This record gives sequence, C-alpha cells and structure tokens, in this order.
Amino acid sequence: MGSQGGIGQSKEFLDLVKSIGEARSKAEEDRIVIGEIETLKRRLVEPGIPKRKMKEYIIRLVYIEMLGHDASFGYIHAVKMTHDDNLFLKRTGYLAVTLFLNEDHDLIILIVNTIQKDLKSDNFLIVCAALNAVCKLINEETIPAVLPQVVELLGHQKEAVRKKAIMALHRFHQKSPSSVSHLVSNFRKRLCDNDPGVMGATLCPLLDLINRDVSSFKDLVVSFVSILKQVAEHRLPKAYDYHQLPAPFIQIRLLKILALLGSGDKQASEQMYTVVGDIFRKCDSSSNIGNAVIYQCICCVSSIHPNPKLLESAADQIARFLKSDSHNLKYLGIDALGRLIKLSPEIAEQHQLAVIDCLEDPDDTLKRKTFELLHKMTKSSNVEVIVDRMIDYMISINDNHYKTEIVSRCVELAEQFAPSNQWFIQTMNRVFEHAGDLVNIKVAHNLMRLIAEGFGEDDDTAYTHLRSSAVDSYLRIIGAPKLPSVFLQVICWVLGEYGTADGKYSASYITGKLCDVAEAYSNDETVKAYAVTALIKIYAFEIAAGRKVDILPECQSLIEELSASHSTDLQQRAYELQAVISLDAQAVENIMPSDASSKEIEIDKSLPFLNDHVERAIEKGAQPYIPECERSGFSNASYLNSQDLHDVPPPHGLRFEAYELPKQPSVPLTTPPISIGSSNELIAVPEPAYDRGNQAAVSVPSSSNSGPAEVKLRLDGVQKRWGRPTYSSSSPSPSAAPSQDTVNGLTVSNGATSVTPAISKGRETTYEPTRKSQVVEISPEKQKLAASLFGGSSKQERKSSLGGGHKTAAKPSGGHGAETSVKKMAVPAQQPPPPDLLDFGETTVATSGPLIDPFKQLEGLLDMVEPTSSTKNHGDVNATKVPDVMATFGDTATAVEQGGNHFSSIEDVDNLMSGLSSATTDASSGGGIATPQSTAHISKGPNLKNALQKDALVRQMGVNPSSQNPNLFKDLLG
Amino acid sequence: MGIRFILMVNKQGQTRLAQYYEWLTLEERRAIEGEIVRKCLARNEQQCSFVEHRNYKIVYRRYASLFFLVGVDNDENELAILEFIHLLVETMDRHFGNVCELDIMFHLEKAHFMLEEMVMNGCIVETSKSNILSPIQLMEKTS
Repeated sequence: MGSQGGIGQSKEFLDLVKSIGEARSKAEEDRIVIGEIETLKRRLVEPGIPKRKMKEYIIRLVYIEMLGHDASFGYIHAVKMTHDDNLFLKRTGYLAVTLFLNEDHDLIILIVNTIQKDLKSDNFLIVCAALNAVCKLINEETIPAVLPQVVELLGHQKEAVRKKAIMALHRFHQKSPSSVSHLVSNFRKRLCDNDPGVMGATLCPLLDLINRDVSSFKDLVVSFVSILKQVAEHRLPKAYDYHQLPAPFIQIRLLKILALLGSGDKQASEQMYTVVGDIFRKCDSSSNIGNAVIYQCICCVSSIHPNPKLLESAADQIARFLKSDSHNLKYLGIDALGRLIKLSPEIAEQHQLAVIDCLEDPDDTLKRKTFELLHKMTKSSNVEVIVDRMIDYMISINDNHYKTEIVSRCVELAEQFAPSNQWFIQTMNRVFEHAGDLVNIKVAHNLMRLIAEGFGEDDDTAYTHLRSSAVDSYLRIIGAPKLPSVFLQVICWVLGEYGTADGKYSASYITGKLCDVAEAYSNDETVKAYAVTALIKIYAFEIAAGRKVDILPECQSLIEELSASHSTDLQQRAYELQAVISLDAQAVENIMPSDASSKEIEIDKSLPFLNDHVERAIEKGAQPYIPECERSGFSNASYLNSQDLHDVPPPHGLRFEAYELPKQPSVPLTTPPISIGSSNELIAVPEPAYDRGNQAAVSVPSSSNSGPAEVKLRLDGVQKRWGRPTYSSSSPSPSAAPSQDTVNGLTVSNGATSVTPAISKGRETTYEPTRKSQVVEISPEKQKLAASLFGGSSKQERKSSLGGGHKTAAKPSGGHGAETSVKKMAVPAQQPPPPDLLDFGETTVATSGPLIDPFKQLEGLLDMVEPTSSTKNHGDVNATKVPDVMATFGDTATAVEQGGNHFSSIEDVDNLMSGLSSATTDASSGGGIATPQSTAHISKGPNLKNALQKDALVRQMGVNPSSQNPNLFKDLLG
Repeated sequence: MGIRFILMVNKQGQTRLAQYYEWLTLEERRAIEGEIVRKCLARNEQQCSFVEHRNYKIVYRRYASLFFLVGVDNDENELAILEFIHLLVETMDRHFGNVCELDIMFHLEKAHFMLEEMVMNGCIVETSKSNILSPIQLMEKTS
C-alpha cells in the first residue's frame, strides 16, 4: 500500500506490527520474529535502499531485539543512519544504536566522530540527539573526545541543550569521577540557571555528588532551601505542575538532598525546618503525588537533626498512611515508621495493630516491608516472636534471594538478642533445617562454637545440659529426609564431640546414626568427612574410657569403602580411623583428648620451633625466605638491589597492566636472564614448599581431628556476640505475646471483610480520591482534572451511561445532537453494576457481561451514532473517539466514518464487554462534572490529525480489533 | 542511578517497549523480563504496586491491557515513580490522542523519544509535557 495517511509506514511494517500485536503466545511471536530476521537479512543487503525504508528496517531491528532475538547483523546500518542529515532519521539512528550497543562495543568508535560533529551543529535538536547518545555510548576512554564540547554546550542558548549537556557531564561523573572533578563548579553554576528545567535536571548530579561528599556542599543548603520554598510556593511555570502540585518531582529531589545535607548537622537542619513544615501543611494528601511528596518529607525529617514539631507532623502523616485502605500508602507508612522509629521508638506503639495487619496481609510486598520494620524494632523482649515469625515466613517462600536475606536477618537477631542458649540452638536448628544451603558457613561455625563453649557460663551443669539438649535435638532431626549439607556438618560434629558425653546414648547408637548419615548423603563428601571424623572421635573416647569398641558392620563397610575413595581427604580420614581403633587407651588419650574443642590452642604464627631447621638449611646454602609481601611487584627495592636486578620486572606472577611499548631494548636485559632464572627458583619454589612444611608441622597433632580443629582455628578474632542473658528466658515477652492474639483475631475479620469492599479498596491511584471528593464536594480544579483525564460526560449523560453501558463512551463524542436519541435507546437496557474507576479488567466484565445483549444494542446504536459522528468529525476533537470506540466493538470497523459499516460478527463478547465496562467507568467517573466536553478534550487532542490518521490507517490496514486482540485499541487512559 | 529500566508489557507478557539504563545482555534482558512480568501479572489490584525483585524494586501500573513496569533502586520514592508512570502515559496521550497499545507499537521510536526527554542516566530530568513533546513536534514538522 505504500505510505499513507502521511505517516509514512509501509504495509510491510504495519503487517509486522499487526502480527506481533495479535500473536497469542510467545512461541507464535518467536516464529514471527525469526521470519522477520530472515527477511531483514535479505533486504538489508539489497543495494540502494531508500532512507525512509531503511529507517523502517532499523525500527524492525529494534523490534527483533526487544522481543529477545539477536539483531546484530543489522547494527552497522543503525550506525550508518546516525550520519544522515535528516534529523528524524539521525535521531532514529542514535536511538537504535543506544538500544543495541553497550559502551564498549567495537562499533562505538565509528559513532564518536559523528557525535563530535553533531555536537557542533547549528540545529539544537541535532545537538540534543547527540547528547542523548553521549549519555549512553561514551565510556571512560572516549570521554576526553567529547568533553570540551559538552562543557561548551553548558552555556548554549537553548535550555534543552544546557539540560542535556549537564546530564552528559553527570554521566561522565558516574563513569569516571576523576575525569570531571575539575568541572564540579559547573553543576553549582547550572543550579542557578534561568530555566527551571535545567535547574531541576542539575539536581540529579548534585544529589550524587552530595551523596559522595556531604561536607563540601554545606554552603548550598541556603540555596536548596530557597529553591524548595519557591517551588512549593508555585513560582515555577504551570507546565511543571503535576495534578495541581507544583513541580513535585523537583520537590522530591530537593527533599532528598536536604535529608543528606541535614543529617547530623543541627545548624543546617534548622534552616530547613520552616520549608519542610510548610510542605507538610501544603501538600494535597488526597492525591498520590501529594503523598509521595509527604513521604519524602518524612524521610527528610527522620534524617535531619530532629525537630519535635516536624516529628509530630511526620507521625500524624504516618498514622494516616497506615490507616489508609490503599496498600501503597500502607507500604509507605510502614517504611516511614521504620525510619522514624530510630528517633522516637514510642511511635510504634500506637500503630501496633496496623503493623500486625500488614504482617498478616497476603500481599508479599507489604509483608516484607513489615519484616524490615520488625527487624529494626527488635529488642530482647520481642526477639522470640519476631524471629519465629520470620522463620515461618522464610519457610513459606520459594524466592531464594529473599530467603537468604531473611535468614541472615534471623541469624543476626538471634545472635544479638537470644534470650537463652536453648532458644538459640533451637532457632538455629530451624534455620538450618529449612534454609541450611543459604546460610553462611560462619553461622554454622558460630553455632558449633556456642555448643562447645557455652555462653561463658561458669555453671558446669548448665553447660552439659546445653550440650545434651543439642545432642537430643539432633538425634531427633537426623532422620529427616534431605537435610542441608551445612546442617549435617553441624550435626555430625556435635554428635562426634558430645554424642556419648553424658552417657545417655551408647556409642554404637551414635555411630549407627553417623553411618546412616554417611550412607544417606553419599554424594556429599564434606558431610561424609564430618561423619567419619565424628566416628573417630566416638571410638577414641570409648577407647580412652577403657571400654571395648565394637565396630558396627555398617561402619566397617563404610571404612572399607572410604579407604578406596577417590577423595584423598576421605581416604586419609578412613585410614586415620582404622589407626585410632588399633591404638591403646594411653595413646588415644594423647592424640584425642576429650572435650578438646573448647580449649584454646595457642598458635604462634612465627613458628619459632622451626628456627633451628631454617638456620641449618641456610648454612647449607639455601636461599633465605622472602616474605610474600616483598615478593610481588617492584616494591622490594632492597631485595632486587641485593640481587642486582634493577630494571627487571619481577620474574613471576601475572601482570595485569598492559606491557609497555618495546621502546629500547635496554642494556640490562641482556645480562640478567640467568638471574631471572635463579630468582625464579628462589621465589617460586621455596615459598610453597616452605608453607606446606609449616602446615604439615601444625597439622600433625590435629590431623585426626581436622573437623573441629578447622573450626577452632577460625575462632580467633570472631567477636563474641552473646552476653550473659539479663532476663529469664521463660518469661514471655510482655508486649509481643498479647499482641499476637489480637493479631489473629484481626486477621480473621480482615479476611472476611476484605472480599466485599474490594472495589473501594482498589489500587490507590490519583483517581480514587478524586472520586471520593466528588461525592462530598467538588472543587473546580478537580472537576477539570477528572474531566481532562477521563473525558467524563455531563450529569445528564450519566443516567444514560448507567442505562446503556457502552453508549456513553461513544456519546460524549456524539455531542448534543445525539444525546436525546441515545437516551431513548439506552433506557430499556439493563444497568451494569456501579463501575469502578480503576478496574479495567475482568471482574467488571464478568458481572456486566451477561446482562446485556451486545448485538441488539450495537445495532441500535450504530444508526444513531453514525450521523453525529460523521458530522462532527471536522470540528470536534472528540469525534475521534467515536471511531475509537466503534473499533473496539466492531469486527469490521473498516468504514465507520463512511457510515457503511456492519457489525456482522462479534466474536469476542467478553472483550467487548470489558470495553463496555471501562467505558461506563469513564462516564460515571466524570459523572458529577458538568464541564463541557469540548473544553475538557481540547487540551488532550492537539494531535487530532494524527489520531484521525491513525484510525484511517488502521482501517485501511484491516487491523481489526475484536478479531484477535482488541486490547491493542483500548485507550490506556480510558 | 534511580531508574534502572522501563518496560511496557501487555497482559500476555509480550514486551511492547523496553529501555534499560544499565547495560544488560540480551539473555539477561529476556530473563529479567520473564521473571518480573510473571511476578507482577500474578498480583491483584488491591496489592501494592511495588514488588521487590532481587536487589531492586519494581513499580508497576496497569493501563487497559498494558503494564508499565519501572525498575528502581531501593532508595527511590515508589509512589513518585508510580506517578511518573502516569505522567508518561498522560504525555503519550497528549501526543497520540487517546493513546492505545497500538500507538506505541506503530510509533515505537516516538515513544522512545519521549522517554529520552524524560529520563536520562536513570534520573527523571523533565516533567513538563510541553518540554517533552516540543522536540518531537519540531522534528515532525521539519521532516
């Protein structure tokens, strides 16, 4: 069909988009894209492709990549397009390149030149396009190529250019702060730019800079406060308003900056109090954006030096958030509570129930946020409840990323606040049992250490009690299927050390269990190693106690199996086990003293007992040991000097920096080859050998005991976190226990009620408050807002909307002429349920669907609407709505305007109804508003022509909405 | 950084527009889109419009059949991002007139141009609709 409608898209392109749009599955989509790849590969090599065509090809390439396929075969064409003189083509080229290439791609080098040229262009739009590309494509190495030009553009007469130039500089700062460190003053300068857009953009780099280094920007506090004040007082152009709020996005960024600058700085904070207080008061708390600003205020207040009045306002707002029906506001409320709680811990009290509600809520996001809050409020009095809850939740989820996070939080809290050892061990057991694979191995070591050492208690019986209760619990758990490896290691170790210590269990019972573990987890060598070492210990203790050792048959076969194991470690352990069994009590007592793990082993890292040996070796002519720190790099001047190796690089080890250019094959190089060789020997060989020697020396006495010895060795430097408990573990935590009861009561009722008000609870958006306020009292601004957003209809029309569902959507466009007739036909139709503004989806469909016979209504409708629409088409912007809606309804919407259309086959009643219900929604939402349609819509439709073209095009293309995917045609805002 | 990516995805999980502000390979993009779309589509209207995913958050909003998903850093103001999405839709609506999914599909590059004006380096840099649209209108006029 060639280009049409002035849009210039070919039939081929439209067909492609259409087929992608109508694809019903990923597989179908993939098939289309793969076909498209083949087509484009053929097309792109054809000679003399017209530029327009090429642009289209490039966008098709973008589609291919967007849908997850590789389009690298066409990258070069996108690069070429950036050279084009036509602005539209150039910008498309830049866009495609930024989407395709990362900054280190080989092709970038071909673009840098173009960018340089374009940055000098007289056409500011070309400069802007190039600056966009700079932000995406310039890497550290190419920064110098464009930096001077970008700096120059900071003073460009066009504000759009200055804005983009400052952002390019921001990008350079992100990439390589040092490259622009001398240009930081430019950011300060642009803060005072005449254009609010440039000023607003400059806040982004400033926020980053201040984040890195607060102190050097303290002088700007006054400026930021005064800017914020002016913004809040509506001094910026109306164009920056968003839903009546003056430049909220700029306000939010300023508040973030102030939070940083005022943190821990009383003097700076005092300058902010007035303006923050003003914003608290001024912000419209009924709109989303107003609440977003208020939330940012709370963040700011909780970060700067505390001010009682502001804290009070913040607390009030938090209360409002938490009481809201909207989950989004609740979420912010919980988050804000977590911030404020540091300053005023008592604030949480009054919100207990609300917090609990959120914790019980099925919404995962809310739940997690609440856990975050709980984590911040944990004390020794409530740790049990909180950690229990966390573990319960942890068990219930599958997301490993979050599981890991929550596990580390549990462990942290348990280690910090554990009311008793018993509780700690039990808690850890639960953690290990359910998420052992996600726990840091250190946690396991800590647990073993705890069991070995207790909490520094003097009381021996408590000590033994702790151990035997740990043994008891592990013997209970050990049979469970599929325990995590880390947990099994802990179990084996504890059973080995203390399994038979209190005499409750016989050696053969414990060894049997250990053999079972080794057998059940035969793929896990670490577990097997732990199990064998535990066996060694059990037998050693038996022998030392003078008891006769009976080796169980399964144990015997385990030893045999492991002695032939591929793992040398396991082999070693198996042989050690055999060796230990054959020793007498005296020897065993020496090599394997009981309860050795809780004794400190002192390690002298200088290994003085080897001194003699070393000296002897040196006397015999061995090279002295060079410490590792002196070996690497050139730094060891003394050593190199002594070896006369001045200019020679260190002879071993990889170099990661580039080799210097082979300028002068310097003289020294000719002589030292021999010394390189010798130094090679000197450094590479002796070091590992020496090390190994040391290790061997140390590990000789403990080799049979390597499991615990390893643990033991890591202990030095591990901070002791548990103090002596200051409270009794048996007393229930006073605040937590009762609240939990109420919790449960509340949840039930919550669950029951939440079904019915689902609609009113609907996802909070800006619309909801608008609707609410309409019922009570309608401010003219809101009317206007609602009208402009929803294209709402007049009051009279509302009736008809209730009567005839879909009609209203078409109606406003119809204008006055159609009104009466519409009403007439609409009356008999049944009423759909009260529509929900926010519900675009199926729920409404389900209820309204069966009530209405779409066919009858449509037939009647058409006759009435057509004339009006065709007459109105010229002047009234809203007329465009008619074909829109009709398109949604019709299968063959080819000629709505021509008036010759028949809705012969409506295949997808459901989809159709969803269209209807959302149309109803519109109408009723605008219901109370008497604003004339045309004024409301004119602001929305400066592109009437476009919209018309679009419709015409779509019809010509025969892209028929209801046949495949009517959603494609649904107004996003409608 | 702030914004990490902006996605438009329809109810069937098909991507309609994708803009990333940090470089990800094709495979990473595909994986991420699959994961988060599944996550967000499974949620109902009452639930928060925010979802945690790995070490960042997704703020999402649905318009008719199209989901707008914005991946943001953890310290970002979620509600403001939610409104940013709405601003984007309002802006597209002003340009296209009753914007629908198909508009974005037919004019993918223009939708991208609008985003380029609004977001740079993952920061929201422009929120005035006339400032966002004027370069595009000028461009249309000249070519």
